[in-house]
Amino acid sequence: MTMEGYLRQDGRKGIRNLVAVAYLVECAHHVAREIALPNREHAHVIGFPGCFPNEYAQSMMERLCTHPNVGAVMIVSLGCESFNRFKLEQFVRDSGRQVETLVIQKTGGTRSAIARGQAFVERAVEALSEEKTVPMVVADLVIGTVCGGSDGTSGISGNPAAGRAFDRLVSEGATCIFEETGELIGCEDIMAARAATPELAEELRASVEKAAQYYATLGFGSFAAGNADGGLSTIEEKSMGAYAKSGSSMISGLIKPGDIPPTGGLYLMDVVPDGPVRFGFPNISDNAEIVEMMASGAHMTLFVTGRGSVVGSALAPVIKVAANPEMYGRLREDMDVNAGQIIEGTATLDQIGTEIYELIVAVAGGTQTKSEDLGHREFILTYKSFEPIGPACLPV
Amino acid sequence: MTDNRLIVLAPQDSVVVVRCGISEGETLIIGDVEVILGVAVSMGHKLALRAVETGDAILKYGVPIGSATSDISVGEHVHLHNMKSDYTPTYALEGAQTEFEK
Repeated sequence: MTMEGYLRQDGRKGIRNLVAVAYLVECAHHVAREIALPNREHAHVIGFPGCFPNEYAQSMMERLCTHPNVGAVMIVSLGCESFNRFKLEQFVRDSGRQVETLVIQKTGGTRSAIARGQAFVERAVEALSEEKTVPMVVADLVIGTVCGGSDGTSGISGNPAAGRAFDRLVSEGATCIFEETGELIGCEDIMAARAATPELAEELRASVEKAAQYYATLGFGSFAAGNADGGLSTIEEKSMGAYAKSGSSMISGLIKPGDIPPTGGLYLMDVVPDGPVRFGFPNISDNAEIVEMMASGAHMTLFVTGRGSVVGSALAPVIKVAANPEMYGRLREDMDVNAGQIIEGTATLDQIGTEIYELIVAVAGGTQTKSEDLGHREFILTYKSFEPIGPACLPV
Repeated sequence: MTDNRLIVLAPQDSVVVVRCGISEGETLIIGDVEVILGVAVSMGHKLALRAVETGDAILKYGVPIGSATSDISVGEHVHLHNMKSDYTPTYALEGAQTEFEK
């Protein structure tokens, strides 16, 4: 299978060529949604709901609006929010993308803002459809992985199968990102042993310790009620299952949301904010994690689920891996891969790992995932604060 | 020889994972012990592979996933009622459905 991508000014290649319709405060959300609606296959809504300024949100929106899968950007501002729309527009323009900002308070209100926005999107979609593609190889890909709605099967079927796919991708030069340090609690030692350098090992260990403290302050682990229904009893049990997604490659670095991995390899994303607990739970739902991996350039996300999550994402396709054969039977229209076969004994981890790898290549080549085809375009971004990563985090 | 409805992930583990739903009262072979299942268990849940005492670490994947809050005998369902996290407590909606369903 040959892959073709859309070459961006920064050298990265996109596997889709979309218009991002970006609202900068909840007050502009409706207008953004209406702008995208007639072209919703090619125009995806992203945005930040808050009115108070937040450096993290600003840089996340900059990264997302210049994601390799994005070809043009429509910024939708109410006009009085604190988000720095001028800086965002400049950032997008400097990336070589077509961009326009609509300020609802200046354009005469809802109706006229929607009309102007729809006209921009219409023109942009047409222009993007005529753009030429360039050849793309596996080493150009950035793949993220999350698990959600985990149960007692996730850690023995879907997650290790995703890990096998990761091992193959990394061996072929791709960039793979795993995350949610709050779900690596109890795995610090075995994970640190895979670090490229002893200094990085310390950073990996510290990131999990930070997560454990953070969650202890909040009084809840990264553990939902459904996890327990599915047979998971503790956060460390869930963690061991989640950890299996990372495969067995050497860990090349530790990044934070929005950091672009400098070269191929396996990276841990530290998603837990730095400093005192301020804005609540690190990731209030699975899509927050998907958004952060997109901000670090993930072209698509592998999503392993036991209980049965149906979500997709704006901007970057989500491949859903069912860990559990009973759930696969109920939700097959939403699932791309049935790793439940491993539980039933009808397929091996290697076979499902290969199936996932081949699907990644196909999706990069244009095949629609189930959630993409069903129109799932979930997106969520909330307040956080991070310190920049230190030099020990990226030894390569 | 362990029942093929159960998965042994690592030889040193204290638990096995249930491969499919198993009804209460069914007979299972765990290790070389024959046990009668006390409660129905669904896919992905754990049963004790060996006897565990209060305070002992529960091993799965060959690593500790928490500790026992009561003595557990071979074949017993191992979950929130007899084990706990050594990190943060587990929140579950246990009983919420029966409490609010009319």
